Amino acid sequence: MVCLNELPIPYKGSIMKLHEYQAKSLFRRFGIPVPEGDVAASIRDAAAVADKLHGPPWVVKAQIHAGGRGKGGGVQVVHSPDELREASEAILSRPLITKQTGSKGKKVHKLLIEQGVEIQQELYLAMAIDRNMARPVMIFSQAGGMDIEEVAEESPERVFREFVHPELGWMPFQGRCLAYRMSPLPQPETLKELTVLMARLHKAFTTLDCSLAEINPLIITKNGNVMAIDAKIDIDDNALFRQKELSTYDDPTEKDPLEQRAEEYDLNYIRLEGNIGAMVNGAGLAMATMDVIKLAGAEPANFLDVGGGASEEMVTKGLEIILEDKRVKAVLINIFGGILRCDVLARGVLTAAEKIDIRVPLIVRLEGTNVDQGRKILEDSSLEFRVARDMAEAAGLVAEQVSG
Amino acid sequence: MDENSRVVVQGITGREGTFHALQMLTYGTEVAAGVTPGKGGQNVEGVPVFNTVREAMEEEGVNVSCIFVPPFAAADAIMEGVSEGLDVIVCITEGIPTLDMVKVAGFLEHKKAVLIGPNCPGIISPGKTKVGIMPGPIHKPGNIGVLSRSGTLTYEVVDQLTRAGLGQSTCIGIGGDPIIGTTFIDHLKRFKEDSETKGVILIGEIGGSAEEEAAEYIQREFEKPVIAFIAGRTAPPGRRMGHAGAIVSGGKGKAEDKISALESAGITVARNLGSLGETALETMGQT
Repeated sequence: MVCLNELPIPYKGSIMKLHEYQAKSLFRRFGIPVPEGDVAASIRDAAAVADKLHGPPWVVKAQIHAGGRGKGGGVQVVHSPDELREASEAILSRPLITKQTGSKGKKVHKLLIEQGVEIQQELYLAMAIDRNMARPVMIFSQAGGMDIEEVAEESPERVFREFVHPELGWMPFQGRCLAYRMSPLPQPETLKELTVLMARLHKAFTTLDCSLAEINPLIITKNGNVMAIDAKIDIDDNALFRQKELSTYDDPTEKDPLEQRAEEYDLNYIRLEGNIGAMVNGAGLAMATMDVIKLAGAEPANFLDVGGGASEEMVTKGLEIILEDKRVKAVLINIFGGILRCDVLARGVLTAAEKIDIRVPLIVRLEGTNVDQGRKILEDSSLEFRVARDMAEAAGLVAEQVSG
Repeated sequence: MDENSRVVVQGITGREGTFHALQMLTYGTEVAAGVTPGKGGQNVEGVPVFNTVREAMEEEGVNVSCIFVPPFAAADAIMEGVSEGLDVIVCITEGIPTLDMVKVAGFLEHKKAVLIGPNCPGIISPGKTKVGIMPGPIHKPGNIGVLSRSGTLTYEVVDQLTRAGLGQSTCIGIGGDPIIGTTFIDHLKRFKEDSETKGVILIGEIGGSAEEEAAEYIQREFEKPVIAFIAGRTAPPGRRMGHAGAIVSGGKGKAEDKISALESAGITVARNLGSLGETALETMGQT
């Protein structure tokens, strides 16, 4: 994982994660060497895949969108068909818990079965976007197979970077600048393969609109060849309109069902652990509203940014999704009308109230464009709700819900 | 940018472009032209539409642009404005691919154009002009500069300032995307020279390191009072949407890191959004 600030940045247009097997099939297409192997959805499939490969040894790898799979038992080297069956069954039969999955773990639906490779040395290679430089950056280190965040923190001198010029693109000399940092230097043939692979990684990164393309570890085999034995690709959501094929790589089983539904309506919803639902327009205000709920002594049940230009239908769906979470004990609607007008919001809320029986208290705080019309629509309806005039009052009403 | 700026709205014939062109006109902004390729010769709310920015400049002498072009064509629209020599380009569009913005950022180097955004509410000098989508009536002329990475959160803060009796000199939304045209520091430099601005409210959020860099700059050479607010303090770290570029800035991005960087630079950080207006009044009421 190269992500030093792994924080939720819930602005629209984040990333779509790919599975390792998907990333590797893309790597193959760009000429980046990966181990022979294929994906399997059952124990029988796994045996069939292994049958076509050289070996044993084979490697069985759980395909989930979370790092730390190795330590959680999601990556196993097996030395016989029996071991292969046992490992496949073990991984498929129960949720895999890693440092990134949370304590409940994640159900594994697919396995990647690969031919074993003899490793001489492990390296780290990734390409990402550097926000400050506004350029893609290639990151290389001899500290392969380790947590690169820790390496960068503890021994930054072991992590090397080359920025990509926006007009020139990746230049061969940049690959040499990185590769010749190695000590001791590998064979000239290996160095050449390494620099070629870097150029191909850049090509894949830009062609596929990646936010991140990471190989950890990138290995040098006993024969001196370089090979990506792991692969992680994140795609820029905003570019999916021109990456039609990649859109089909999205895996709904990786998502919370409510989040999945929200996505269908173009709503930016993240389910959380608390019991105060929140519907807000704008990511910044939504985050700040979560902070206010917490300051009031309660816990937010969700993050929901209905977006700047939300339609009446989106507001309705948003409220429905919030209320479907049975933990929700009260809902705070906090809208500062800009492009989203308060009257549109009010009608959306009423439509939702007609469809579903709202049994929890609603706290509504409206401000901005067409606020008077919005308030009037709500007041003239039969909907029961509490009005908050400002954020401070909204916080107070939330606190009341918690104590009461 | 001031009340003499002549604005061209790129994407004026779209739903949002039309709506906000009218809002800007109502606010008093000199919306002199619109651009939509293929719709030259039409007019929107009395504003003449041209096929290219070049024609709009030749015919109407525009120098500032406000962009509502859809994401797939927005980078091209920005570069058109930059190439034609506009002074200021405000890009409202949300959802531009990051690699498109890499190209834009590279192209902007050594050019005179100032880009605000993308994915931003724009810029307003209350009582004078607005180029953007913020609701005009919540603003009030005065001496506080407002800088923000957010949209509606900025409206919230401005509304509180106005209710507290604190008017604003200029409010700028710099944009919520990973790659943006101008940063907090670029605008702080202007606020430093601007005699109308007596103090600044800086609204940040988690992710990136823009707030830390602003803190460093403020400590070094910005003498006017600054109050900051950081959104996302309670955002759970379990939800990972990796921003790998952050490796370069050495692990910054958490709210607490930003708050401590700001506080150690002597900046007041408001913890409670509900009382930000009051906090501002206490600190800046005398300015």
